[in-house]
Amino acid sequence: MLSKEETKELKLFALNIRIETLKAMGNLGFGHIGGAMSIADTLAVLYGKAMKYDAKNPDWEERDWLVCSKGHAGPAIYSSLALKGFFPLERLLELNKPGTSFPSHCDRNLTTGIDMTTGSLGQGSSLAVGVALGHRLDGRDNYTYLILGDGEMQEGQVWEAVLLAAQKKVSRLITFVDYNKQQLDGYTKDINDMGDIKAKFDAFGWHAQEVDGSDVAAVAQAIEKAKQEQEKPSVIVLNTLKGKGCSFAENVLLNHHMTISAAQMEEALAVLNGEVERLVQS
Amino acid sequence: MKAVLAEERVKEAKEMRAVYCETLMELAQGNKNIVALDADLMNSMGMTKFGKAYPERTFNVGVQEANMIGVAAGLSATGKIPFAHSFGPFATRRCFDQLFLSCGYAKLNVRVVGSDPGVTAAYNGGTHMPFEDMGIVRNIPGITVLEPVDATMLNDLLKQTADLYGVFYIRLLRKNALKIYQDGSTFEIGKGITLKNGSDVTIIASGIMVDDALTAADELAKQGVSARVVNIFTWKPIDKELIIRCAQETGAIVTVENHSIINGLGSAVAEVVVDNKNVPMERVGVNDSFGEVGPQDYLKRRFGLTAENIVANVNKVLARKS
Repeated sequence: MLSKEETKELKLFALNIRIETLKAMGNLGFGHIGGAMSIADTLAVLYGKAMKYDAKNPDWEERDWLVCSKGHAGPAIYSSLALKGFFPLERLLELNKPGTSFPSHCDRNLTTGIDMTTGSLGQGSSLAVGVALGHRLDGRDNYTYLILGDGEMQEGQVWEAVLLAAQKKVSRLITFVDYNKQQLDGYTKDINDMGDIKAKFDAFGWHAQEVDGSDVAAVAQAIEKAKQEQEKPSVIVLNTLKGKGCSFAENVLLNHHMTISAAQMEEALAVLNGEVERLVQS
Repeated sequence: MKAVLAEERVKEAKEMRAVYCETLMELAQGNKNIVALDADLMNSMGMTKFGKAYPERTFNVGVQEANMIGVAAGLSATGKIPFAHSFGPFATRRCFDQLFLSCGYAKLNVRVVGSDPGVTAAYNGGTHMPFEDMGIVRNIPGITVLEPVDATMLNDLLKQTADLYGVFYIRLLRKNALKIYQDGSTFEIGKGITLKNGSDVTIIASGIMVDDALTAADELAKQGVSARVVNIFTWKPIDKELIIRCAQETGAIVTVENHSIINGLGSAVAEVVVDNKNVPMERVGVNDSFGEVGPQDYLKRRFGLTAENIVANVNKVLARKS
């Protein structure tokens, strides 16, 4: 269980991830805003509490790994990394500039702290299973975290990896599904309905939980519970909202990739900064 | 490199798959990072011995090739040295995006072995017959594409790739090869081998077609044509220097491959030729066709993969030369 103070700190971290991500995308005038915002709270829990890492030594052998298979959420991870001291915050404004180290989609060869290259949906699932198997072969007790999009779960490769992870009892693999119920072209239920995601993982032999993905305390607790599991890989289905916390994107249908005007950014930042203020004073 | 032509090109006692398994076992003994992956073809590939000796380092993922390639890439990110096998078409066509992005673009360290090249898929027929595997993987920037010719070369190349970093595609005949190189021969990745000198034309061959190329050269000698025979086993990066030299010295080239002539060895050689020393070329290989079922001898005739057809193409290129 998180203390009140810890919860407050993670909430603040999540708000700051949203703020920095919005600044980087707004500076550019467009970006994958929806899926970056929906996963911000989980990233805050991962980089603020759950994950073992050393910002000064990003290649530390004992670190936990994060594979963000929905690679387009990269900018939200870059914000998390910058806020934790992997590189200066100003560098986030290099997002998608020519020759950048901060591309739209995660690239292990370009960005300090990014463990895996992703962007072709579904592939991160297999990569994460391979990474987790590699750690186990070396007798290391570090965890591999995998973030999947719900639209991404329509890729067959995801289920190949899910099947294999259960077969190989990869218990130190903890997967999050960012279940924001939307994909590029609209609501997942209208395009290719994923049905009951938790039940599907259950049926594939995983330890499955479903939590409110915007509740940092609930996410942190679910991770603790997943770590108790010794035999099965774990999944935490995060009930989230695509575009969460971003005034012009939340509750908008086509918010996967959006243009962002200066006025929109300003207004959204004002809302987020207001929340930061209220939280600090609470 | 010290590669010497064998005195007699006889069928080898040991199957290529046995050499694969034994070499990997030898490598695994000395290096704890060597791991093997397969997609439910451990028995076909003769890898059960490896699986028994190193169960924890063997990952039979079942019938899921795309996942296998991703898992291999993930393992390599943690320092493992994976060798992942499937039949050629499934190792390439079926998981090209995984090979391209998860392995190549991500700059990871993976060896992919595609077996049963071209007509050697024989009784598995057209569905299993890769005439395009080398061409597909050749599109991946930085990849090394190899076709070992016999057991001696396979053993040497496998050992070399274990110590190198990058993405490798190794096209592998599973059954008994003809012995082309003397025991103890060594090979340099990226360098072609001149097996027979000649001054009128160069025949550049790979894989099972090296034997036919040598037979064709003997036949041509009887006709008074001096044919040089070169074995290019590294399709990428290809030995530009040797190809340019052959173009200069013999003035005509015929390529021979158990593969489509579209984006195959002939294409790779032609790219070097047109960029450097433009000489007439003919390409012997599969001409924009799907495979079919049958014995290998029948299939070789069916697709023109014969010494006779090589001779005919040499005569054609010589006519163009004059």
